Amino acid sequence: MRVRIFVSLKEGVLDPHGKAVERSLHMLGYGEVQDVRMGKYLELSLDASSREAVETRVREMCEKLLANPVIEDYRFEISNE
Amino acid sequence: MRWGVVVFPGSCDDQDVYDCLTQVLRQKVEFLWHKDRLKEKLDCIVLPGGFSYGDYLRAGAVARFSPIMEGIVEFAREGGLVLGICNGFQILCESGLLPGVLTRNTQLQFVCRPVYLRLEETDTPFTCAGKKNQLLRLPVKHGEGCYYADPVTLERLQKNRQILFRYVDSKGKTSAAANPNGSVDHIAGVCNEGRNVMGLMPHPEDASEKILGSEDGLKIFSSIVEACEKTEKRAWLG
Repeated sequence: MRVRIFVSLKEGVLDPHGKAVERSLHMLGYGEVQDVRMGKYLELSLDASSREAVETRVREMCEKLLANPVIEDYRFEISNE
Repeated sequence: MRWGVVVFPGSCDDQDVYDCLTQVLRQKVEFLWHKDRLKEKLDCIVLPGGFSYGDYLRAGAVARFSPIMEGIVEFAREGGLVLGICNGFQILCESGLLPGVLTRNTQLQFVCRPVYLRLEETDTPFTCAGKKNQLLRLPVKHGEGCYYADPVTLERLQKNRQILFRYVDSKGKTSAAANPNGSVDHIAGVCNEGRNVMGLMPHPEDASEKILGSEDGLKIFSSIVEACEKTEKRAWLG
């Protein structure tokens, strides 16, 4: 199965990268843009017996390594590719 | 006393810490390779600066799972002294030995310059040779040194007096201009609740001889030596 993982900064955590991108967009004339937040996107494949098993494994990976729970949230999508 | 300095792939200040401890302070020091397990009985372990495992994903995130770290976490839980400098501080936060996290400097630039630190607490093995409110001049060199902790954690740090160093100006006052990376509450270094694990972003080893422009960093290493001489047990809290 193929898993797409999105890691994003928690609300309230400063995002200097996002701010820099927002300023650039404003400079390019996209003045309507607000609240740019930058995150990470990961894709991975794994074999597992069921969707539930994949969920358990991926949640574990996110908690252990892929996201830092102090500042980051994560969510993921599973497809049968 | 016996020191260990951990070497990760991408560590670059391990040799500087080694030189400072052996040449200036005449200490017994050994390098600890990241793939080895911790076997020796040591008094203090230093996690040096650098870019362990390329700092991929997040600074310190991968290093935390190296074989040597398993033993170091146990060593720290038993009261052993652990000092994390720069990347070492990031690894200690990632491994949960210290609260909070270090993120990208708010100005998005790598910063490399001397800063002033105010010593906030002296009842730890890392600061016992200093005086409260004493200023130290040490260099910083990092891109991800912005300390962050959520408001609840921050309050706990203040209540337990775990904030050991703050960035200040030459007069000892905190200000946005004196804060090189946007750290919350101007935090440059913290310890754990047990006061036997400390991390800081500035580099004491790079301010350990006159020729380097400052000897203020020795205050931290000599505190550790003093603390270990005073207590026969390795555990600070016995």
